[in-house]
Amino acid sequence: MQSASVHFRQRASGALADKHLQRTLKRFGSGFADKRAAARRAFGEDAFEILREASAAIRDRALEDLDAWLLRFEAEALRRGSRVIWAEDAAETCARVLEICARHGLTKAIKSKSMLSEEAGLNDALAAAGVQPVETDLGEYILQLAGEAPSHIIAPAIHKDMGEVSELFVRHHGRPKSDDIAQMTREAREMLRPHFLSADLGISGGNFLVAETGSVAIVTNEGNGRMVTTLPRVHIAITGIEKVVPTLEDLSALNRILPRSATGQEIENYFSVLTGPKRAGDADGPEHLYVILVDNGRTRLVGSELQEMLRCIRCGACMNHCPVYQTVGGHSYGWVYPGPMGSVLTPVYQGLENALDLPQAATLCGACHVACPVKIPLPGLLRKLREMQMERGLRPWAERAAFRAWAFTAQRPWLYALATRIAARALKWMGGGRGLIARLPFAGRGWTRGRDFPAPEGRTFRELYRAGRRRQT
Amino acid sequence: MQAMIRIMRVGLFVTCLVDLVRPRIGFAALELLQAAGCEVDVPQSQTCCGQPGWNSGDRPSARALAEKVIAEFEVFDYVVAPSGSCAGMIKTHYPELFAGEGAWLARVEALGAKTHELTDFLVNVVHLERVPGRFAGTITYHDSCSGLRELGVKAQPRALLARVPGAELREMQDSEVCCGFGGTFSIKFGEISAAMAQTKCDRIHASGVHAVALGDLGCMLNIEGRLRRMGDATTRVLHVAEVLTAKA
Ligand code: SF4
Repeated sequence: MQSASVHFRQRASGALADKHLQRTLKRFGSGFADKRAAARRAFGEDAFEILREASAAIRDRALEDLDAWLLRFEAEALRRGSRVIWAEDAAETCARVLEICARHGLTKAIKSKSMLSEEAGLNDALAAAGVQPVETDLGEYILQLAGEAPSHIIAPAIHKDMGEVSELFVRHHGRPKSDDIAQMTREAREMLRPHFLSADLGISGGNFLVAETGSVAIVTNEGNGRMVTTLPRVHIAITGIEKVVPTLEDLSALNRILPRSATGQEIENYFSVLTGPKRAGDADGPEHLYVILVDNGRTRLVGSELQEMLRCIRCGACMNHCPVYQTVGGHSYGWVYPGPMGSVLTPVYQGLENALDLPQAATLCGACHVACPVKIPLPGLLRKLREMQMERGLRPWAERAAFRAWAFTAQRPWLYALATRIAARALKWMGGGRGLIARLPFAGRGWTRGRDFPAPEGRTFRELYRAGRRRQT
Repeated sequence: MQAMIRIMRVGLFVTCLVDLVRPRIGFAALELLQAAGCEVDVPQSQTCCGQPGWNSGDRPSARALAEKVIAEFEVFDYVVAPSGSCAGMIKTHYPELFAGEGAWLARVEALGAKTHELTDFLVNVVHLERVPGRFAGTITYHDSCSGLRELGVKAQPRALLARVPGAELREMQDSEVCCGFGGTFSIKFGEISAAMAQTKCDRIHASGVHAVALGDLGCMLNIEGRLRRMGDATTRVLHVAEVLTAKA
């Protein structure tokens, strides 16, 4: 997928002006966050914190010997009849999938949710090669009809309300309009059924890879994942290399925290552990199972200051708790991953200079860090990215100069006292009788376009303190 | 008897925003600390904790100012700031700034251990029972992010506000959600920041209070600025120290 993250500012501005989107965002509001909080309470808050700690440790153990666990995964998967393919980037991922299509003469792919397929822009590549991709996750299906990108990693069509979906269905299904969600879901299912039955390729993501058994674990809520991975004669699972965990035991711990953190469910509706293709005597399953392990920038994080980001289990909690995400929506971020995790991943995968705004577009409020099931210090990582921008001279000249001037002054108390005395007086004067500044000059305009600036009292604390005036009049 | 009780020497870290914009909050903090029986000193050379540099990726600047704060304040028994954000900088981020530097780290950790956000100090260290303030009306409390999530400041300001005669506390929805200030974020992304402030103001209005109290000047300027721009000239935005001392 082409990144539009350089345009964050304009896209966010558009999102703020879009009344319809704003209403939809408000309605979604804290829904997932409330459900997570309820699940956490039901689990026991202390126990939940222990589980977070354990989950982070499991992910760290896997990442510390990532290469070894991946090789183990490959060996075990091979032993059980799967084929393991390594892809370095988006282009190679698409090329490998198309090779498989050519080898088996495949023409129609049913897909369950895969963020890596979005990273790689796989649907376009498939269509261009004459393989019809059909998204079967309801949200992804809606977006495919609408020709849009996901705006949330687990609820991809969260930015669409029912009215939009029902109009979309009328246009594409040619059936009478419905505004009953159950009826619309039934309709989508009826439309998808022939595809499920006629497809010769199933493409899925993978929530986890289990090294000791060579298995791919997939969680879904709609059951489409099961059909995608069992009905067609070929199944391709595409995952990032960081998704590996050592053992089934680890998988079970992580799968206790993943659904609770994501949607507040105790367990997802469907949880599949796929170990090899159909064997003699098996009732169902694909004849061929391929696992494509994609790097696409991930090895750059290994051993770096940002390695903790690789713990991510793609639950979406960080965006559900992010007040910036809730205000501007997922599309503003301009690439596959929105919200706090996206603001770390996009600059790393797409290049620091191609997403300059993302690490800056955060208040560092910490709500994401507290919610993350694997305790990724997202604000800290955003701060490190800001440091990298500074070090590589990627910040505007004026900003760097302003910081240098501020630091120079703040290290010299007499100079600082003088500067603040002048500023306090000037700003008070600007505030006039109401004590409110409606227009600040220079960068301050960013503040006063949407707010007044409450004017200072006029003299600094240290001035008054020294003058021995204990009472403020 | 008197001689046996060692008087606590407290260094008041006024913070750069209070110094420049709202000195009365600094005096309110001073009054509260004195009411609690502390001997309070206000080092005159203090400027800023370095957080603007730290959060903007300017590590060298943050580091230089951190060294200055350490030298100025490590002599005290306690260091108190009327801000969760600045106290959080000292307690949780200074150790990151000096990571791997043995001698500095020891000093940083010693300083961090005795640094407190104002309400936390009043409740958990000096156990202030009686507060000098008075207030007629309803108040809601906005939880500032750093205080809440870095220092666990949540019950402390509420406990103190509950002791103010005449003040009726009323919780608003989403009191823990960020107001959109975020330091330089409020300027770099003014439009998003103002929209977030608007959401916060809506919550305040929905709670139907006379005043919103909070513990950080950044949030205060942001929320007050947005309320006034919306045309609300009456809802008061107060630092918790102002309410506790009737400086409001
Ligand atoms: S960063 Fe944490 S909270 Fe966000 S998606 Fe990844 S695991 Fe979930």
